[in-house]
Amino acid sequence: MQKSIEEIRKDFPILNQKIYGKPLVYFDNGATSQKPLCVIDTENEIYKTINSNIHRGVHFLSGEMTNAYEKARQTIQNFINAQLSEEIIFTKGATDSINLVAFSFGEAFVNEGDEIIVTEMEHHANIVPWQMLCLRKKAKLKVLPIDEIGELKINELENLISERTKLLAFAHTSNVLGTINPVKKIIKKAHSKNVKVLVDGSQAILHSSVDVQDLDADFYVFSGHKMYAPTGTGILYGKKEILCQMPPYQGGGDMVDVVSFQETTYAELPFKFEAGTSNFVGSVALARAAEYIKEIGFELITTRENGLLIYATHELKQIKGLKIFGESQKKSSIISFLVDNIHAYDMGLMLDKMGIAVRTGSHCAQPLMQRLGIDGTVRASLAFYNTPEEVDLLVNGVKRIVKLFH
Amino acid sequence: MTINEIQNEIIEEFLVYDDWMDKYEYIIDYAKSLPVIDVNKKTPQNLINGCQSKVWLDAELKEGKLSFTADSDAIITKGVVALLVRVFNMQSAKDILTADLFFIEKIGLSQNLSPTRANGLLSMIKRIKSYALAFDSLEK
Repeated sequence: MQKSIEEIRKDFPILNQKIYGKPLVYFDNGATSQKPLCVIDTENEIYKTINSNIHRGVHFLSGEMTNAYEKARQTIQNFINAQLSEEIIFTKGATDSINLVAFSFGEAFVNEGDEIIVTEMEHHANIVPWQMLCLRKKAKLKVLPIDEIGELKINELENLISERTKLLAFAHTSNVLGTINPVKKIIKKAHSKNVKVLVDGSQAILHSSVDVQDLDADFYVFSGHKMYAPTGTGILYGKKEILCQMPPYQGGGDMVDVVSFQETTYAELPFKFEAGTSNFVGSVALARAAEYIKEIGFELITTRENGLLIYATHELKQIKGLKIFGESQKKSSIISFLVDNIHAYDMGLMLDKMGIAVRTGSHCAQPLMQRLGIDGTVRASLAFYNTPEEVDLLVNGVKRIVKLFH
Repeated sequence: MTINEIQNEIIEEFLVYDDWMDKYEYIIDYAKSLPVIDVNKKTPQNLINGCQSKVWLDAELKEGKLSFTADSDAIITKGVVALLVRVFNMQSAKDILTADLFFIEKIGLSQNLSPTRANGLLSMIKRIKSYALAFDSLEK
Protein backbone atom coordinates (compact mmCIF):
# COMPACT_ATOMS: atom_id res chain seq x y z
CA MET A 1 0.00 0.00 0.00
CA GLN A 2 1.56 3.26 -1.10
CA LYS A 3 1.69 6.20 1.29
CA SER A 4 -0.37 9.29 0.53
CA ILE A 5 1.36 12.65 0.20
CA GLU A 6 -0.14 13.71 3.53
CA GLU A 7 1.38 10.65 5.19
CA ILE A 8 4.72 11.22 3.49
CA ARG A 9 4.88 14.85 4.60
CA LYS A 10 4.14 13.78 8.16
CA ASP A 11 7.35 11.73 7.99
CA PHE A 12 9.33 14.97 7.52
CA PRO A 13 8.46 17.27 10.43
CA ILE A 14 10.69 20.10 9.18
CA LEU A 15 8.46 20.60 6.14
CA ASN A 16 5.43 21.52 8.18
CA GLN A 17 6.52 24.94 9.38
CA LYS A 18 6.25 28.57 8.43
CA ILE A 19 9.14 30.90 7.70
CA TYR A 20 8.61 34.67 7.48
CA GLY A 21 4.99 33.79 8.24
CA LYS A 22 4.67 31.75 5.03
CA PRO A 23 4.58 27.98 4.59
CA LEU A 24 8.06 26.63 3.88
CA VAL A 25 8.61 25.41 0.32
CA TYR A 26 11.79 23.38 0.37
CA PHE A 27 13.22 23.13 -3.14
CA ASP A 28 16.88 22.77 -2.18
CA ASN A 29 16.92 19.00 -2.00
CA GLY A 30 19.88 18.76 -4.36
CA ALA A 31 22.00 20.47 -1.72
CA THR A 32 20.69 18.35 1.11
CA SER A 33 17.49 16.42 1.64
CA GLN A 34 15.32 16.56 4.73
CA LYS A 35 15.26 13.64 7.16
CA PRO A 36 12.32 11.40 7.95
CA LEU A 37 11.37 10.75 11.57
CA CYS A 38 12.53 7.14 11.38
CA VAL A 39 16.08 8.28 10.58
CA ILE A 40 16.07 10.94 13.30
CA ASP A 41 14.66 8.39 15.75
CA THR A 42 17.28 5.80 14.81
CA GLU A 43 20.10 8.16 15.76
CA ASN A 44 18.34 9.21 18.96
CA GLU A 45 17.55 5.64 19.94
CA ILE A 46 21.15 4.50 19.47
CA TYR A 47 22.46 7.24 21.72
CA LYS A 48 19.87 6.26 24.31
CA THR A 49 20.47 2.53 24.18
CA ILE A 50 23.51 0.92 22.52
CA ASN A 51 26.05 3.68 21.81
CA SER A 52 29.52 2.27 22.31
CA ASN A 53 32.64 2.19 20.17
CA ILE A 54 32.51 -0.47 17.49
CA HIS A 55 34.88 -3.41 16.90
CA ARG A 56 37.24 -4.90 19.49
CA GLY A 57 35.11 -3.98 22.50
CA VAL A 58 34.65 -6.99 24.78
CA HIS A 59 31.52 -5.69 26.45
CA PHE A 60 27.85 -6.08 25.64
CA LEU A 61 27.11 -2.62 24.24
CA SER A 62 30.14 -2.68 21.97
CA GLY A 63 28.93 -5.99 20.58
CA GLU A 64 25.44 -4.64 20.00
CA MET A 65 26.74 -1.51 18.32
CA THR A 66 29.15 -3.47 16.14
CA ASN A 67 26.30 -5.76 15.06
CA ALA A 68 24.15 -2.79 14.15
CA TYR A 69 27.01 -1.22 12.19
CA GLU A 70 27.82 -4.36 10.24
CA LYS A 71 24.14 -4.98 9.61
CA ALA A 72 23.97 -1.46 8.20
CA ARG A 73 26.78 -2.39 5.83
CA GLN A 74 24.72 -5.34 4.61
CA THR A 75 21.65 -3.14 4.19
CA ILE A 76 23.64 -0.79 1.94
CA GLN A 77 25.10 -3.80 0.12
CA ASN A 78 21.58 -4.98 -0.67
CA PHE A 79 20.40 -1.45 -1.44
CA ILE A 80 22.88 -1.11 -4.33
CA ASN A 81 23.16 -4.85 -4.99
CA ALA A 82 26.88 -5.14 -4.31
CA GLN A 83 28.22 -8.67 -4.47
CA LEU A 84 30.05 -8.52 -1.13
CA SER A 85 29.55 -6.55 2.07
CA GLU A 86 33.28 -5.75 2.30
CA GLU A 87 32.90 -3.79 -0.93
CA ILE A 88 30.94 -1.21 1.07
CA ILE A 89 33.16 1.37 2.77
CA PHE A 90 31.59 3.88 5.16
CA THR A 91 32.91 7.38 4.57
CA LYS A 92 32.06 10.97 5.50
CA GLY A 93 30.31 11.58 2.20
CA ALA A 94 30.75 11.46 -1.56
CA THR A 95 33.61 13.98 -1.45
CA ASP A 96 35.44 11.85 1.08
CA SER A 97 34.82 8.74 -1.03
CA ILE A 98 36.21 10.38 -4.18
CA ASN A 99 39.26 11.69 -2.33
CA LEU A 100 39.88 8.20 -1.00
CA VAL A 101 39.83 6.70 -4.49
CA ALA A 102 41.84 9.58 -6.00
CA PHE A 103 44.53 8.99 -3.41
CA SER A 104 44.60 5.21 -3.08
CA PHE A 105 43.80 4.25 -6.67
CA GLY A 106 46.24 6.95 -7.71
CA GLU A 107 48.99 5.51 -5.53
CA ALA A 108 48.46 2.03 -6.91
CA PHE A 109 47.78 2.65 -10.57
CA VAL A 110 48.54 6.19 -11.77
CA ASN A 111 52.00 7.19 -12.96
CA GLU A 112 53.63 10.10 -14.76
CA GLY A 113 52.05 10.65 -18.16
CA ASP A 114 48.89 8.72 -17.34
CA GLU A 115 45.46 10.26 -17.84
CA ILE A 116 42.25 10.71 -15.87
CA ILE A 117 39.04 11.74 -17.63
CA VAL A 118 36.26 13.77 -16.01
CA THR A 119 33.35 15.53 -17.69
CA GLU A 120 32.29 19.11 -18.21
CA MET A 121 29.23 18.68 -15.98
CA GLU A 122 31.05 17.57 -12.83
CA HIS A 123 30.69 18.96 -9.34
CA HIS A 124 33.96 20.35 -7.95
CA ALA A 125 34.14 17.25 -5.74
CA ASN A 126 34.60 15.14 -8.86
CA ILE A 127 37.17 17.48 -10.41
CA VAL A 128 39.49 18.80 -7.72
CA PRO A 129 40.58 15.46 -6.15
CA TRP A 130 41.57 14.26 -9.65
CA GLN A 131 43.39 17.52 -10.35
CA MET A 132 45.30 17.04 -7.10
CA LEU A 133 46.14 13.47 -8.11
CA CYS A 134 47.35 14.66 -11.51
CA LEU A 135 49.57 17.29 -9.89
CA ARG A 136 50.99 14.72 -7.50
CA LYS A 137 51.69 12.14 -10.17
CA LYS A 138 52.38 14.45 -13.13
CA ALA A 139 49.39 12.90 -14.84
CA LYS A 140 46.99 14.63 -17.23
CA LEU A 141 43.35 15.57 -16.66
CA LYS A 142 41.13 15.33 -19.73
CA VAL A 143 37.54 16.53 -20.06
CA LEU A 144 34.61 14.98 -21.88
CA PRO A 145 32.38 17.83 -23.15
CA ILE A 146 28.61 18.26 -23.08
CA ASP A 147 26.28 19.27 -25.91
CA GLU A 148 23.71 22.06 -26.17
CA ILE A 149 20.94 20.30 -24.25
CA GLY A 150 23.28 19.28 -21.48
CA GLU A 151 24.06 15.68 -22.39
CA LEU A 152 27.52 14.16 -22.47
CA LYS A 153 29.08 13.81 -25.90
CA ILE A 154 29.58 10.11 -25.43
CA ASN A 155 30.72 9.62 -29.00
CA GLU A 156 33.81 11.65 -28.24
CA LEU A 157 34.77 9.32 -25.42
CA GLU A 158 36.50 6.82 -27.66
CA ASN A 159 38.79 9.48 -29.12
CA LEU A 160 39.46 10.92 -25.70
CA ILE A 161 40.56 7.60 -24.21
CA SER A 162 44.16 6.68 -24.95
CA GLU A 163 46.27 3.78 -23.80
CA ARG A 164 47.46 6.01 -20.96
CA THR A 165 43.93 6.57 -19.61
CA LYS A 166 43.56 4.96 -16.19
CA LEU A 167 40.19 6.14 -14.96
CA LEU A 168 37.01 7.90 -16.01
CA ALA A 169 35.05 9.74 -13.31
CA PHE A 170 31.58 11.10 -14.01
CA ALA A 171 28.28 11.93 -12.37
CA HIS A 172 25.35 9.55 -12.64
CA THR A 173 23.09 12.63 -12.56
CA SER A 174 24.19 16.25 -12.99
CA ASN A 175 23.55 18.43 -9.93
CA VAL A 176 22.97 21.46 -12.17
CA LEU A 177 21.45 20.20 -15.41
CA GLY A 178 19.57 17.25 -13.99
CA THR A 179 20.78 15.08 -16.87
CA ILE A 180 20.72 11.36 -16.09
CA ASN A 181 23.71 9.90 -17.88
CA PRO A 182 23.57 6.48 -19.58
CA VAL A 183 25.88 5.01 -16.99
CA LYS A 184 25.87 1.42 -18.18
CA LYS A 185 26.66 2.37 -21.76
CA ILE A 186 29.49 4.71 -20.73
CA ILE A 187 31.02 2.09 -18.43
CA LYS A 188 30.90 -0.48 -21.19
CA LYS A 189 32.75 1.85 -23.54
CA ALA A 190 35.39 2.64 -20.91
CA HIS A 191 35.85 -1.01 -19.99
CA SER A 192 36.31 -1.99 -23.62
CA LYS A 193 39.47 0.15 -23.48
CA ASN A 194 40.53 -1.14 -20.05
CA VAL A 195 39.64 2.10 -18.28
CA LYS A 196 38.27 1.89 -14.75
CA VAL A 197 35.22 3.96 -13.88
CA LEU A 198 34.10 5.93 -10.83
CA VAL A 199 30.47 7.03 -10.79
CA ASP A 200 29.38 9.91 -8.55
CA GLY A 201 25.89 8.83 -7.60
CA SER A 202 25.15 11.67 -5.17
CA GLN A 203 22.22 13.04 -7.17
CA ALA A 204 21.00 9.65 -8.40
CA ILE A 205 20.90 7.29 -5.45
CA LEU A 206 17.72 8.76 -3.99
CA HIS A 207 15.74 8.98 -7.21
CA SER A 208 15.92 5.52 -8.73
CA SER A 209 17.19 2.04 -8.03
CA VAL A 210 20.95 1.54 -8.48
CA ASP A 211 22.48 -1.88 -9.17
CA VAL A 212 26.26 -1.60 -9.15
CA GLN A 213 26.73 -5.11 -10.55
CA ASP A 214 24.38 -4.48 -13.44
CA LEU A 215 26.09 -1.14 -14.14
CA ASP A 216 29.46 -2.88 -13.72
CA ALA A 217 30.82 0.24 -11.96
CA ASP A 218 34.31 -0.13 -10.52
CA PHE A 219 33.54 2.56 -7.94
CA TYR A 220 30.19 4.09 -7.01
CA VAL A 221 30.01 6.86 -4.42
CA PHE A 222 27.26 8.82 -2.70
CA SER A 223 26.51 11.00 0.31
CA GLY A 224 24.09 10.10 3.06
CA HIS A 225 22.76 13.60 3.59
CA LYS A 226 21.36 13.81 0.07
CA MET A 227 19.39 10.57 0.54
CA TYR A 228 17.43 11.43 3.69
CA ALA A 229 20.24 10.27 5.99
CA PRO A 230 22.35 12.20 8.51
CA THR A 231 25.05 14.54 7.33
CA GLY A 232 28.63 13.34 7.58
CA THR A 233 27.82 9.88 6.27
CA GLY A 234 28.57 8.40 2.90
CA ILE A 235 29.44 5.33 0.91
CA LEU A 236 32.24 4.17 -1.28
CA TYR A 237 31.44 1.03 -3.22
CA GLY A 238 34.43 -0.54 -4.92
CA LYS A 239 35.05 -3.87 -6.58
CA LYS A 240 36.94 -6.06 -4.16
CA GLU A 241 39.68 -7.03 -6.62
CA ILE A 242 40.52 -3.33 -7.13
CA LEU A 243 40.14 -2.24 -3.50
CA CYS A 244 42.49 -5.05 -2.47
CA GLN A 245 45.24 -3.65 -4.65
CA MET A 246 44.86 -0.12 -3.27
CA PRO A 247 46.90 1.08 -0.27
CA PRO A 248 45.08 2.61 2.73
CA TYR A 249 44.02 6.25 2.48
CA GLN A 250 44.45 7.24 6.12
CA GLY A 251 46.25 5.58 8.98
CA GLY A 252 44.91 5.12 12.49
CA GLY A 253 42.82 2.85 14.63
CA ASP A 254 40.50 0.21 13.17
CA MET A 255 42.45 -0.04 9.88
CA VAL A 256 45.40 -1.96 11.28
CA ASP A 257 46.29 -5.58 11.85
CA VAL A 258 49.57 -5.46 13.80
CA VAL A 259 51.35 -2.23 14.72
CA SER A 260 54.95 -1.91 15.84
CA PHE A 261 57.37 0.98 15.46
CA GLN A 262 59.16 -1.00 12.79
CA GLU A 263 56.21 -2.01 10.69
CA THR A 264 52.42 -1.99 10.51
CA THR A 265 50.27 -4.49 8.70
CA TYR A 266 46.83 -3.46 7.63
CA ALA A 267 43.43 -4.91 8.30
CA GLU A 268 41.39 -6.63 5.61
CA LEU A 269 38.62 -4.96 3.63
CA PRO A 270 36.54 -2.98 4.44
CA PHE A 271 38.34 -1.91 7.63
CA LYS A 272 41.53 -1.06 5.76
CA PHE A 273 39.76 2.06 4.50
CA GLU A 274 37.94 3.00 7.71
CA ALA A 275 40.62 4.59 9.88
CA GLY A 276 39.67 6.06 13.23
CA THR A 277 36.31 6.06 14.96
CA SER A 278 33.86 6.67 12.17
CA ASN A 279 30.38 8.10 12.36
CA PHE A 280 29.03 4.64 13.15
CA VAL A 281 25.77 5.97 14.58
CA GLY A 282 25.20 8.02 11.43
CA SER A 283 26.01 5.01 9.27
CA VAL A 284 23.32 2.93 10.97
CA ALA A 285 20.88 5.80 10.39
CA LEU A 286 22.04 5.89 6.76
CA ALA A 287 21.01 2.26 6.41
CA ARG A 288 17.66 3.18 7.97
CA ALA A 289 17.26 5.88 5.30
CA ALA A 290 17.91 3.26 2.62
CA GLU A 291 15.22 1.08 4.17
CA TYR A 292 12.86 4.05 4.28
CA ILE A 293 13.42 4.67 0.57
CA LYS A 294 12.59 1.02 -0.10
CA GLU A 295 9.47 1.24 2.07
CA ILE A 296 8.27 4.28 0.11
CA GLY A 297 9.27 2.50 -3.07
CA PHE A 298 11.11 3.80 -6.11
CA GLU A 299 7.94 3.42 -8.15
CA LEU A 300 6.18 6.05 -6.06
CA ILE A 301 9.29 8.24 -5.81
CA THR A 302 9.95 8.23 -9.56
CA THR A 303 6.30 8.77 -10.47
CA ARG A 304 5.90 11.69 -8.11
CA GLU A 305 9.20 13.33 -8.99
CA ASN A 306 8.71 12.95 -12.74
CA GLY A 307 5.24 14.42 -12.42
CA LEU A 308 6.59 17.39 -10.47
CA LEU A 309 9.44 17.86 -12.95
CA ILE A 310 7.15 17.88 -15.99
CA TYR A 311 4.63 20.18 -14.31
CA ALA A 312 7.24 22.64 -12.99
CA THR A 313 9.11 22.73 -16.31
CA HIS A 314 5.90 23.39 -18.22
CA GLU A 315 4.73 26.13 -15.86
CA LEU A 316 8.11 27.86 -15.62
CA LYS A 317 8.45 27.86 -19.40
CA GLN A 318 5.30 29.98 -19.66
CA ILE A 319 7.27 32.84 -18.09
CA LYS A 320 8.60 35.11 -20.81
CA GLY A 321 12.39 35.32 -20.86
CA LEU A 322 12.88 32.24 -18.66
CA LYS A 323 15.60 29.88 -19.82
CA ILE A 324 16.13 26.41 -18.44
CA PHE A 325 19.65 25.00 -18.42
CA GLY A 326 19.64 21.28 -19.06
CA GLU A 327 16.94 19.96 -21.34
CA SER A 328 17.81 16.33 -21.71
CA GLN A 329 14.93 13.92 -22.24
CA LYS A 330 16.33 11.87 -19.40
CA LYS A 331 16.25 14.26 -16.51
CA SER A 332 16.01 14.12 -12.78
CA SER A 333 13.84 16.59 -10.83
CA ILE A 334 16.43 19.38 -10.91
CA ILE A 335 15.59 22.60 -12.72
CA SER A 336 18.24 25.27 -13.25
CA PHE A 337 16.99 28.52 -14.72
CA LEU A 338 17.48 32.23 -15.25
CA VAL A 339 15.04 34.92 -16.33
CA ASP A 340 16.38 37.54 -18.75
CA ASN A 341 19.18 39.38 -16.99
CA ILE A 342 17.84 39.01 -13.45
CA HIS A 343 20.74 37.89 -11.29
CA ALA A 344 20.28 34.47 -9.69
CA TYR A 345 21.20 35.96 -6.31
CA ASP A 346 18.44 38.59 -6.55
CA MET A 347 15.92 35.92 -7.50
CA GLY A 348 17.03 33.64 -4.65
CA LEU A 349 16.89 36.39 -2.01
CA MET A 350 13.38 37.37 -2.99
CA LEU A 351 12.07 33.82 -3.29
CA ASP A 352 13.45 33.21 0.20
CA LYS A 353 11.31 35.98 1.61
CA MET A 354 8.30 34.24 0.06
CA GLY A 355 9.21 31.12 2.02
CA ILE A 356 10.75 29.33 -0.97
CA ALA A 357 14.17 27.75 -0.52
CA VAL A 358 16.12 27.43 -3.76
CA ARG A 359 19.85 27.43 -4.42
CA THR A 360 21.59 30.14 -6.40
CA GLY A 361 25.09 30.46 -7.77
CA SER A 362 27.46 28.09 -9.50
CA HIS A 363 26.36 24.98 -7.56
CA CYS A 364 30.00 23.97 -7.07
CA ALA A 365 30.33 23.53 -10.81
CA GLN A 366 32.26 26.59 -11.99
CA PRO A 367 33.72 24.89 -15.09
CA LEU A 368 30.17 24.03 -16.18
CA MET A 369 29.12 27.66 -15.64
CA GLN A 370 32.04 28.75 -17.80
CA ARG A 371 30.92 26.31 -20.48
CA LEU A 372 27.37 27.71 -20.32
CA GLY A 373 28.73 31.27 -20.32
CA ILE A 374 26.93 32.32 -17.14
CA ASP A 375 27.85 33.15 -13.55
CA GLY A 376 25.19 31.01 -11.96
CA THR A 377 21.61 29.81 -12.03
CA VAL A 378 18.62 29.52 -9.76
CA ARG A 379 18.14 25.84 -9.01
CA ALA A 380 14.96 24.24 -7.80
CA SER A 381 15.55 20.61 -6.88
CA LEU A 382 12.39 18.70 -6.06
CA ALA A 383 11.84 15.63 -3.93
CA PHE A 384 8.98 13.16 -3.73
CA TYR A 385 7.66 15.00 -0.65
CA ASN A 386 7.11 18.19 -2.64
CA THR A 387 3.72 19.03 -4.14
CA PRO A 388 2.26 20.68 -7.26
CA GLU A 389 0.88 23.41 -4.98
CA GLU A 390 4.45 24.21 -3.95
CA VAL A 391 5.42 24.36 -7.62
CA ASP A 392 2.61 26.91 -8.10
CA LEU A 393 4.06 29.01 -5.27
CA LEU A 394 7.46 28.97 -6.97
CA VAL A 395 6.06 29.86 -10.38
CA ASN A 396 3.94 32.69 -8.96
CA GLY A 397 6.90 33.90 -6.94
CA VAL A 398 9.12 34.05 -10.03
CA LYS A 399 6.36 35.88 -11.91
CA ARG A 400 6.05 38.43 -9.13
CA ILE A 401 9.80 39.04 -9.11
CA VAL A 402 9.95 39.36 -12.90
CA LYS A 403 7.20 42.00 -12.72
CA LEU A 404 9.26 43.96 -10.21
CA PHE A 405 12.14 44.12 -12.67
CA HIS A 406 10.13 45.24 -15.68
CA MET B 1 24.93 64.98 8.18
CA THR B 2 26.75 62.66 10.54
CA ILE B 3 26.95 58.91 10.00
CA ASN B 4 24.39 58.34 12.76
CA GLU B 5 21.98 60.93 11.39
CA ILE B 6 22.04 59.26 7.99
CA GLN B 7 21.51 55.85 9.57
CA ASN B 8 18.47 57.14 11.46
CA GLU B 9 17.14 58.62 8.27
CA ILE B 10 17.39 55.25 6.49
CA ILE B 11 15.72 53.46 9.40
CA GLU B 12 12.85 55.90 9.20
CA GLU B 13 12.46 55.38 5.46
CA PHE B 14 12.23 51.62 6.00
CA LEU B 15 9.65 51.95 8.79
CA VAL B 16 6.80 52.21 6.30
CA TYR B 17 7.51 48.77 4.85
CA ASP B 18 6.47 45.66 6.72
CA ASP B 19 6.48 43.40 3.69
CA TRP B 20 9.85 42.14 2.51
CA MET B 21 9.01 42.48 -1.17
CA ASP B 22 8.32 46.17 -0.58
CA LYS B 23 11.66 46.52 1.15
CA TYR B 24 13.38 44.85 -1.80
CA GLU B 25 11.47 47.05 -4.22
CA TYR B 26 12.80 50.07 -2.33
CA ILE B 27 16.35 48.68 -2.34
CA ILE B 28 16.16 47.91 -6.06
CA ASP B 29 14.95 51.43 -6.69
CA TYR B 30 17.60 52.87 -4.42
CA ALA B 31 20.31 51.04 -6.38
CA LYS B 32 19.86 53.62 -9.12
CA SER B 33 21.24 56.33 -6.85
CA LEU B 34 24.59 54.61 -6.38
CA PRO B 35 27.52 56.63 -7.71
CA VAL B 36 28.68 54.07 -10.25
CA ILE B 37 32.32 53.14 -10.37
CA ASP B 38 34.23 54.04 -13.52
CA VAL B 39 34.47 51.10 -15.93
CA ASN B 40 38.27 51.16 -15.93
CA LYS B 41 38.21 51.00 -12.13
CA LYS B 42 36.40 47.66 -12.19
CA THR B 43 39.74 46.01 -11.57
CA PRO B 44 40.43 42.77 -9.71
CA GLN B 45 41.82 44.90 -6.85
CA ASN B 46 38.51 46.70 -6.48
CA LEU B 47 36.48 43.49 -6.69
CA ILE B 48 35.15 42.12 -3.43
CA ASN B 49 35.39 38.41 -3.97
CA GLY B 50 32.50 36.07 -3.37
CA CYS B 51 30.63 33.27 -5.02
CA GLN B 52 27.20 34.84 -5.38
CA SER B 53 27.41 38.32 -6.84
CA LYS B 54 30.23 40.62 -7.82
CA VAL B 55 30.84 43.92 -6.06
CA TRP B 56 33.36 46.56 -7.08
CA LEU B 57 34.17 49.36 -4.66
CA ASP B 58 36.56 52.27 -5.02
CA ALA B 59 37.37 55.22 -2.77
CA GLU B 60 39.04 58.58 -3.33
CA LEU B 61 40.00 61.36 -1.01
CA LYS B 62 38.06 64.56 -1.71
CA GLU B 63 38.48 67.61 0.52
CA GLY B 64 39.80 65.38 3.25
CA LYS B 65 36.73 63.11 3.08
CA LEU B 66 36.21 59.72 1.51
CA SER B 67 34.23 59.54 -1.70
CA PHE B 68 32.99 56.11 -2.75
CA THR B 69 31.93 54.68 -6.09
CA ALA B 70 30.74 51.10 -6.54
CA ASP B 71 28.75 48.65 -8.65
CA SER B 72 27.37 45.11 -8.56
CA ASP B 73 25.99 42.68 -11.10
CA ALA B 74 23.10 41.82 -8.75
CA ILE B 75 20.59 44.59 -8.21
CA ILE B 76 19.75 43.92 -4.56
CA THR B 77 23.44 43.84 -3.72
CA LYS B 78 23.84 47.08 -5.65
CA GLY B 79 21.05 48.64 -3.60
CA VAL B 80 22.63 47.51 -0.36
CA VAL B 81 25.99 48.95 -1.43
CA ALA B 82 24.17 52.15 -2.31
CA LEU B 83 22.82 52.34 1.25
CA LEU B 84 26.30 51.79 2.67
CA VAL B 85 27.77 54.41 0.39
CA ARG B 86 25.03 56.82 1.46
CA VAL B 87 26.06 56.34 5.08
CA PHE B 88 29.81 56.66 4.55
CA ASN B 89 30.15 58.97 1.59
CA MET B 90 31.98 62.23 2.30
CA GLN B 91 32.74 61.28 5.88
CA SER B 92 36.17 61.52 7.44
CA ALA B 93 38.37 58.45 7.70
CA LYS B 94 38.32 58.77 11.49
CA ASP B 95 34.51 58.86 11.65
CA ILE B 96 34.25 55.85 9.34
CA LEU B 97 36.72 53.87 11.43
CA THR B 98 34.88 54.54 14.68
CA ALA B 99 31.37 54.24 13.23
CA ASP B 100 28.88 51.90 14.82
CA LEU B 101 26.66 50.46 12.12
CA PHE B 102 23.22 49.95 13.59
CA PHE B 103 20.92 50.61 10.62
CA ILE B 104 21.53 47.19 9.07
CA GLU B 105 20.01 45.32 11.95
CA LYS B 106 17.24 47.87 12.38
CA ILE B 107 16.05 47.50 8.76
CA GLY B 108 16.29 43.73 8.96
CA LEU B 109 19.24 43.14 6.65
CA SER B 110 21.45 41.56 9.30
CA GLN B 111 20.90 38.05 7.99
CA ASN B 112 22.94 39.17 4.99
CA LEU B 113 25.78 39.79 7.43
CA SER B 114 26.48 36.11 7.96
CA PRO B 115 30.22 35.57 7.55
CA THR B 116 29.67 32.68 5.18
CA ARG B 117 28.11 34.99 2.66
CA ALA B 118 31.46 36.06 1.35
CA ASN B 119 29.83 38.69 -0.76
CA GLY B 120 27.63 39.89 2.03
CA LEU B 121 27.64 43.16 3.81
CA LEU B 122 30.46 42.13 6.08
CA SER B 123 33.10 42.08 3.35
CA MET B 124 31.81 45.37 1.94
CA ILE B 125 32.01 47.03 5.34
CA LYS B 126 35.48 45.58 5.85
CA ARG B 127 36.56 47.04 2.52
CA ILE B 128 35.13 50.45 3.37
CA LYS B 129 36.92 50.44 6.72
CA SER B 130 40.18 49.34 5.14
CA TYR B 131 39.97 52.29 2.72
CA ALA B 132 39.39 54.56 5.72
CA LEU B 133 42.35 53.01 7.51
CA ALA B 134 44.59 53.50 4.48
CA PHE B 135 43.60 57.16 4.04
CA ASP B 136 43.84 57.76 7.78
CA SER B 137 47.42 56.52 7.88
CA LEU B 138 48.22 58.59 4.76
CA GLU B 139 47.10 61.72 6.58
CA LYS B 140 49.40 60.98 9.48
